[in-house]
Amino acid sequence: MATQRKPRLAVWKFASCDGCQLSLLDCEEELLAVVEQVEIAYFLEASRAVVEGPYDLSLVEGSITTPADIERIREIREASRFLVAIGACATAGGIQALRNFGDVREFAAAVYAHPEYIETLKRSAPIAEHVFVDFELRGCPINKHQLLEVIAAYLHGRKPNIPTYSVCIECKLRGTPCVMVAAGVACLGPVTQAGCHALCPAYGRGCFGCYGPMETPNTASLMTWWREQLGASPQTIVRALRTYNAGNEVFRKESEAYEHAHD
Amino acid sequence: MGAYELDGSPYALERAALQELLDVLRAHGYTTVGPQIEHGAIVYDELHRIEELPIGWTDVQEGGSYRLERRNDDALFGYNVGPHSWKRFLSPPLRLLWRARKTEDGFEFVVDEEPPPRYAFIGVRACELHAIQQLDAIYMAGAATDKDYQRRREALFIVAVNCGKAGNTCFCASLGTGPGVGPGYDIALTELLDGEHRFVAVAGSVRGAEILETIPHRSATDADIALAEATIAQAARRMGRSLETAGLKELLYRNIDHPRWEAVAQRCLTCGACTMVCPTCFCFSIEDATDLSGQVAERWRRFDSCFTLAFSFISSGSVRTSAKARYRQWLMHKLAAWQDQFGAIGCVGCGRCITWCPVGIDITAEAAALRAEESGQLQPEPAAV
Repeated sequence: MATQRKPRLAVWKFASCDGCQLSLLDCEEELLAVVEQVEIAYFLEASRAVVEGPYDLSLVEGSITTPADIERIREIREASRFLVAIGACATAGGIQALRNFGDVREFAAAVYAHPEYIETLKRSAPIAEHVFVDFELRGCPINKHQLLEVIAAYLHGRKPNIPTYSVCIECKLRGTPCVMVAAGVACLGPVTQAGCHALCPAYGRGCFGCYGPMETPNTASLMTWWREQLGASPQTIVRALRTYNAGNEVFRKESEAYEHAHD
Repeated sequence: MGAYELDGSPYALERAALQELLDVLRAHGYTTVGPQIEHGAIVYDELHRIEELPIGWTDVQEGGSYRLERRNDDALFGYNVGPHSWKRFLSPPLRLLWRARKTEDGFEFVVDEEPPPRYAFIGVRACELHAIQQLDAIYMAGAATDKDYQRRREALFIVAVNCGKAGNTCFCASLGTGPGVGPGYDIALTELLDGEHRFVAVAGSVRGAEILETIPHRSATDADIALAEATIAQAARRMGRSLETAGLKELLYRNIDHPRWEAVAQRCLTCGACTMVCPTCFCFSIEDATDLSGQVAERWRRFDSCFTLAFSFISSGSVRTSAKARYRQWLMHKLAAWQDQFGAIGCVGCGRCITWCPVGIDITAEAAALRAEESGQLQPEPAAV
């Protein structure tokens, strides 16, 4: 009986911190199970051995920020049967999407002695803005259990169990009392997608919104509450909404509503 | 005789006897669970010693706000309900239903035969006892029985506590579900703080009476009983909120297209917190998963919420896409359709959904607004828009 070749997995990097692909290495024990099921064909963070495409599953980390990136992501899409964008950079433009609120030429002039050598796009964009993406796995960084779930679902031709509801549901499942209600801590949990198992509230911190907006976010209502009941300043609100998912449409628009407001 | 008449022949217990009660229950193989302070709130967790209770603490609750404050006494039960409810012990938020493993000629089921813990709940409030009885009707009285729930429920020992105070978001008195506990407990306690710190204890079952006999006690005096009844009656008068139940179902059914639903949807975060903290919300979803190798499959059951898009997802997408549709579904089910389905209002007046809504949406205010508008009165302003 002819043995089928293992599916080829590739891991690609664009503008990012490497934290999401590190989540794959961080799988440790499960990594062995992954390697048993797939051929790791391209994963420079793990190995310089490169197998040529096409690839069955491409995990793409990072945002598109240069003209060369646009070329490269198109080639990757061509060479990939399934393409999964992983992390806040690849799904929302990442923290570097803060540039989208300013003039990138000014930033380059302030940072580099010779900005004329810098070839960059005006905006930091998610992968889906340039090529078709089969699935977006959120998070900054992504959660390794969710990554394994996506890989397992791909391998067995099923839909991944990745909920799009709020972080509040995860707090309640693990029994963490709401930090906003019980301590008056400003928390983005009600408008943020689950996936981290409500890590920050379990340590008394408000959610930072690492997983981006949940399926039906009502940011206007939450920010009205922050403002009127928790005494958050417009500046606090703008800063909270402009972190890892600053480039996401929902968080961007809500932050713009407070940009020119004053106490 | 007062409105909150105590049944049976009441005993009086000293505070030290409560530790003996815990010890006896544990000696009988029960896992004792009770209120404790964790992360700035009173939650339910395994309780070994009376000292672990929130002694001398109380809770101050409002829509979207909960704070612990010191009392000026050493009351053991001087607070109302917190973010947890007993449903998480009777019907755990996440439960593995089965696991299957591939074999040469098919697959085999791996069933976890570990019996669930035998719980003794310490400090079950009147509203919570009603909520447990609602879950009984849902999981055990219908055509299908949830076997795991049934095993946990049948083994359960309930030490109920009458409320000596009512919170700002409490409204059990208007629903007839408190603050004095009704039938269904094994032992009911009323904490008396005037004079000697003591508890009036009543047995509500044979095993409750047997346990009570084994711990130090004396007969309660008429004065003890009168004080216990007065304490509960006082809590009843101090309810922070109320829900008018007369014609409620018809009122809601008549107002399915009322503009108030749109107004509340402007505030609703669709986060699902209300359904998670509600002691009677029982919806769950079933999730199938496989491991990387495809050799092992698992079926999990987890709490679900009618506020998620996935909840109403069918072949062509989600049925209830707007916040308006989802909030209305929840409130209409809880207060109206539940009556058709289970013969009672699905709300026990504990106030959790009001307190733990991150933006303080108030179920009593929403129902009252519909009623006020129908009767031509001014609509109360929402707390925040």
